[in-house]
Amino acid sequence: MADLALMLLVFALSFGIGYVLISRVPPLLHTPLMSMTNAISAVTILGALLLFAVPMSTGNKVIGAIALVTASFNLVGGFVITDRMTKMFKTHHGAEHSPGDGQS
Amino acid sequence: MSTWMTVLIDVAVIVLLVIGISLFRTPRGARYGNMTAAVALLAAIAVVLLRNSVLDPVILLGALVVGGVLGTLIAMRVTMIQIPAMVAFQHGAGGVAAFCIAFVELTRSGAPESVVGEVSGFLGLVIGAATFSGSMLASGKLAAKIRQTPMVLPAHNWILSLLLIIIVGLCVFAATAGAAWMTLVLSGVLVTSILLGALFAMRIGGADMPVLISFLNATAGLAAAFCGVIIQNRLLIACGATVAASGSILTAVMCRAMNRSFLKVLSGGRPASRGGSAAVEAKAEGVDTQEKSTRTKRTFEEAMLEAKTVLRESSRVIIIPGYGMALARAQFHVASLANKLEQLGKSVDFAIHPVAGRMPGHMNVLLAEADVDYDKLKEMDEVNETFGDTDAVLIIGACDVVNPAALEKEDTPISGMPILKAHEAKRVLVCNLDERPGYSGVPNSLYDEPKTLLLLGDANATVTELLDSLSARGERKEALAS
Repeated sequence: MADLALMLLVFALSFGIGYVLISRVPPLLHTPLMSMTNAISAVTILGALLLFAVPMSTGNKVIGAIALVTASFNLVGGFVITDRMTKMFKTHHGAEHSPGDGQS
Repeated sequence: MSTWMTVLIDVAVIVLLVIGISLFRTPRGARYGNMTAAVALLAAIAVVLLRNSVLDPVILLGALVVGGVLGTLIAMRVTMIQIPAMVAFQHGAGGVAAFCIAFVELTRSGAPESVVGEVSGFLGLVIGAATFSGSMLASGKLAAKIRQTPMVLPAHNWILSLLLIIIVGLCVFAATAGAAWMTLVLSGVLVTSILLGALFAMRIGGADMPVLISFLNATAGLAAAFCGVIIQNRLLIACGATVAASGSILTAVMCRAMNRSFLKVLSGGRPASRGGSAAVEAKAEGVDTQEKSTRTKRTFEEAMLEAKTVLRESSRVIIIPGYGMALARAQFHVASLANKLEQLGKSVDFAIHPVAGRMPGHMNVLLAEADVDYDKLKEMDEVNETFGDTDAVLIIGACDVVNPAALEKEDTPISGMPILKAHEAKRVLVCNLDERPGYSGVPNSLYDEPKTLLLLGDANATVTELLDSLSARGERKEALAS
């Protein structure tokens, strides 16, 4: 029962903190935000790794391997794509525009 | 001591993740935030590998390499217009990982003894499997591999309810029948859940996709959190809950931006039958009046000529991009046009509606890819106050988000939806493919206003022509001056 209470507490706290932090993210960055949280939800990879710490049937090994592949796909793919996207956002402040414009 | 170490490590990883997410304020910060989160998760993996001796290092390493390499390759190649399909696909992959873990944990010998563990296992399995099929359908729709229009079966709600009852029944049976039946019954649960997710997602399409993709983000996180409960891992619960929060926020933001309740979006694309038929009637009516009006209106050439003059004489221009721009792949030409206008000394901003594109924030990423300065990407509330002082608005592939009917009329599917107030500007240039209504089916009254110039056709060609005319004029001016 203590376990359940602790887990509920962790869930509620994380949801609350996440809610506060994420509601402050500007809409400009909502797409990179979603792809990053996608990578974060690939934390299930820990669960998939822990499956292999205990003996299991061959069938379950196959399923465990599928979990590992999909989770690592998400983890690596999610972070790489977010990095690519956030790199694309640039601001020039008129640096390469006509010399008369924007320079005061 | 060992437990304290684990708690400390968990807390350290969570603190890093919190820092990572809180850096998501500016694009530059977001980049570091993303790296911070990546480091946190890699550290967590390293710790798990160090603290547990794994039994099949070859399988483990092989699976990690396959997943990691595939992820990198696809992430490096995908274009910004494919991002929504890619992200939906990843939600699906997250669902697969979750239901696989739940399945193994429930079926292996020494399965979770506690009721909490078992119930979480079922929830992880069901939510994971439904997220998987829903996401695959969404991804297919977003990649235009499946028809994008919503499909509603007869008695759709009844079928969904029936599937839910079957799932609950099977889970109860699995819990009481004991280990011998577990694998078989859980396979049944898995199949039913996959059906449930597919049936759930097929009703949603078109401009409602941002809601679906955000919701699937939340369910993927939730499935991860339930996996955490089964294996009693705080890190999984914490990360899963954070992702669920993020997905919920984005779902709410998208629903608000369309002024539609979440349930309405879920229950089948367009509003219920009555509203739907009203929209169709309105559409037919609209087409009639539009046909009449186009006959009296200018030809394309006349409109284009006037548009060029309008653009030349404007000092403040706002560009409103919609998904149509992305479909025509016109964002690069639009960016050049914006640059040209700026070179001619005009102020140019982009007005971004929250639901422009196919996922939250999609339009910003598309324009960032086309090298548009992100300082020029203005949010709706900020830009709406400035339309009154704007000489010309250039609408490119957007319809519903600039439809004044949303403010002026009642009982249309978009009534009450916040819009970009393009109609307040002095002149409006519309570079849409045609003057058909947008996804909502409500005819756009903006098209009939005298200040509006319709430049219908492929946005790429139209924008290029506008750009060329400005360049030629500019050169001639320079030639005259020298």
